Amino acid sequence: MTDMTQDYADLAPSASAKFYGRILPILLFALLVVVIPFLGPSRTMYSLLNVMAINIVFALSYNMLLGRCGLLSFGHAVYYGLGGYCAVHAMTWIEAGTSPFWANFPVFGLPLVGFAGGALAGAIIGWPSCRRAGTPFAMISLGVAELIAAAGFMFLSFFGGEMGVSGDRMNGPALFGLSMGPVEDVYWFMAFWVVAGLVGMYAFTRTPLGKLSEATRDNPQRVQFIGYDPTRVRYLVFIAAGAFAGMAGGMSAVNYEIFTPEAVSLIPSGFVLIMAYVGGIGYFVGPILGAVLLTFMQSMLSDYTEAWLLYLGVLFISIVMFAPGGLAGIVFGVAHTARNGETGAVLKRWGGQAAGILLALAGLIVLVEVSTRWSNGYGEIFEPFGLHLTFTNPLTWVLIVVPFAAGVAILRRLSREEDPA
Amino acid sequence: METIVFSLLNGVIYGLLLFMLSSGLTLIFSMMGVLNFAHASFYMLGAYFAYTVTDATSYWFALIFAPILVGLVGAGVEKWGLRRVHANGHVAELLFTFGLAYLIDEVIKIVYGRNAVDYRVPEALDFPLFTLYGAQYPAYRIFMLFVAVAMLVALWVLLKRTRAGLIIQAALTHPHMVGHLGHNVPMIFMTVFGVGCALAGLAGVIGGNYLVTDPFMAAYMGPIVFVVVVIGGMGSLEGAFVASILLGLLQTFAVSVDASFADLFGWIGLSSATEVGRITIAQLAPMLPYLLLVLILFVRPRGLMGEREL
Repeated sequence: MTDMTQDYADLAPSASAKFYGRILPILLFALLVVVIPFLGPSRTMYSLLNVMAINIVFALSYNMLLGRCGLLSFGHAVYYGLGGYCAVHAMTWIEAGTSPFWANFPVFGLPLVGFAGGALAGAIIGWPSCRRAGTPFAMISLGVAELIAAAGFMFLSFFGGEMGVSGDRMNGPALFGLSMGPVEDVYWFMAFWVVAGLVGMYAFTRTPLGKLSEATRDNPQRVQFIGYDPTRVRYLVFIAAGAFAGMAGGMSAVNYEIFTPEAVSLIPSGFVLIMAYVGGIGYFVGPILGAVLLTFMQSMLSDYTEAWLLYLGVLFISIVMFAPGGLAGIVFGVAHTARNGETGAVLKRWGGQAAGILLALAGLIVLVEVSTRWSNGYGEIFEPFGLHLTFTNPLTWVLIVVPFAAGVAILRRLSREEDPA
Repeated sequence: METIVFSLLNGVIYGLLLFMLSSGLTLIFSMMGVLNFAHASFYMLGAYFAYTVTDATSYWFALIFAPILVGLVGAGVEKWGLRRVHANGHVAELLFTFGLAYLIDEVIKIVYGRNAVDYRVPEALDFPLFTLYGAQYPAYRIFMLFVAVAMLVALWVLLKRTRAGLIIQAALTHPHMVGHLGHNVPMIFMTVFGVGCALAGLAGVIGGNYLVTDPFMAAYMGPIVFVVVVIGGMGSLEGAFVASILLGLLQTFAVSVDASFADLFGWIGLSSATEVGRITIAQLAPMLPYLLLVLILFVRPRGLMGEREL
C-alpha cells in the first residue's frame, strides 16, 4: 500500500506557475496604470479613467459577494454610499481642521476612511442580513437598500438631503507632492488606490477566509461538516466586501467632491450588479472588464443615443441567457480553444455567431433609434449614412426586419448544429 | 373616528391591491422557485396597456383585455426566456428577471415617454358613492374593492375547488410525479407564470388610475411587493394575503398620524429639537414595510405563514 501515500509537494503549483498566474497579471496591470499618463491622454480621458478606477474597485468588491460567496445583493451601493459619505465628512473636517488629527490627515488617505465606514456599515447591516443565503438574502439586501435610501432624505445632518454633502479636496497636507487639484493629480491618486484595492481583494481570495467563502458558495453543508459556520463566513466576507465598496466610495468622494443620497439608492446598486455580471463573475478579472466596458459605454454611448440604458439591458439579458461566463468567460474560452488547436471549425462557428449577433443588433438599433426620435416628438429623424428613416418609410421596416430576422436565423441554425438534440 | 374609518377603508383597498400583485408572485415563486423581479413591471404594463385600450375603446374592454395581453407577454417571457435560463440555477433566473425589469422600464419610457400618462378613472365610476362624516367617498375605490375580492374568490375557487387547481398544487410540490402522470408540466409552469403576470396586470389596470401611471410605478411598487412576500412567508398565499392587508393598513394609518418621535418618546427624554425627534410617523410611512421586514427576519425568519426556511 505504499503507493497510496502521495507526495503532496508535487500537487502544489511550481514557483514559476505561481508567478505567471498570480503576480505577473497584477504587475502588468500596475505597469499599464503607470504608463497611461505618458501617452498623453486628454482631460476627458483622464476623468473617464478616474471613474473607471472607482468602478473597478466597486465592481470587484461586489464580486466578493456574488462571484466568490454566491450572495446576490441588490443593495451593494449602500456600503459604497455610506463609505463615501464618511469620506466627504472627513474631507470637510480636514478643511475646517476640526481636530489636530483631521488637520494633519491627507486627502490622499480618504479611501481609508471610506474603507472603515463601509466595514462598519457592513458589520451592522450584515448581521441581520447574512443569516440567510440565496433568494432571501437578495430580498433582504433590497429591503435594506430601500430603507437606507429613504433614510437618506430624513437624516439631514449625515446625508445632507437633496443637496448632499460637498467638500473641497485641495486641503490638508499634500502627500507625494500631489495638490489633488488638477485631474492629473487625481489620476495618480486613483492609480494608487485602484492597484491597492486590486491587490487587497486578490490577496483576500488567497486567505483561508477567501477559500472558505468559495466553499460556502458551493456547499454550505459540507462547510458545516468540517467545523465552520457558513453564516459567520458570509458575515465576515460581507464586512470585507462592504469595506472595499466603502473604499470605492472614498475614491469617488475625492473625485466628485460631493455625495448625494442618490448614491445609496437602488440605481447604483443595480449598475454595479450589471457591471460585475457582464464582466463575468466566475473570474477575478471579470468585474474589471465589466467596469471598464460599462464606464466607457456610460460616458460615450450616452452622447450618441438616449436609449443607451435599453442597450445596456439588452446586453445584460443576452449575457445572462447566452454567455453566463460573461466577457471574461468569452475571452478565456477563445484563449482556451486557440491553445488546444481545434481552431478551424470553431473559428468558423464564432464568425457565424458574430455575424448573426451584429445583424440582429443592427435591426434592433434601427428600431430603437427610430422609436426614441418618434417618442420625443421634436420631429427629429434618424439619418444614418444619409438615409432618411421615419416610421412611415417602408425602407425603415425593411432595415429593421431583414437584418434582425437574418441574424436570429443564423444564430438559431448555429445553435442547432452545435447541439443536435 | 373619522380618520380611522377612512384609513381602514383605504388601507384595505391598498392591501388588496398589494395582494393582487403578491399573489401572482407567490404562486410563481412556490412553483418555480424563482422570485420574479419583473413582477411589478408587469403591473406597470397592465396600467399602460389599459391606458392604450381605454383610449381606443373603453375602460371595460381594458379591464378584460389588458390583463390578458399582459398574461400573454408573461407566458412568452417564460417560454422563450426563463426556461432557457432555468438550467443555470436560481440566481441566473433572478438576474434574468432583473434585466427584464430594466428592459421593460426602458421600453415603456421610449414608447410612452417619461411623464405620467393621463389614465383616468372611467366616467361611469367617477362619482361619490356615499358621504361619511361629511366627506365623500369615491365609487371607484369601492369598485376596486369588488374587483379585488372577486379575483380573490376566483383564485381560491380555482386553486382549491377545481381539477386544474389540484394539478397545479400537485405540480408545486411534485413536478416529476405530475409529469409521470401524463401532464405537461412545462405547459403548467408557463400557464401559472402567465396567470400570475395577468393578475399583476389586472392590479395595474385598476390601480394605475387610482394611483398614478408613470414609468416609475414599477420601481415604487416592486420592493414593497417583495417585502409582502417575505413577511408573509415565501410561497404561502395565505401569508401573502395577511401581510398585504397588514402592510396596507399600516402604511395608510401611518400617513394619517402626525405625531413625531419626540411626542412618542418624550418620556425617555427625546426632545423635538433633535433630528430624530423631528421625524414624524407620517414621514416614516414609506420606510415602514422595510422596517417590518427587518423586524420579521429577526423574530421569525420564515415569515408569518411560511412552512419552510429557504
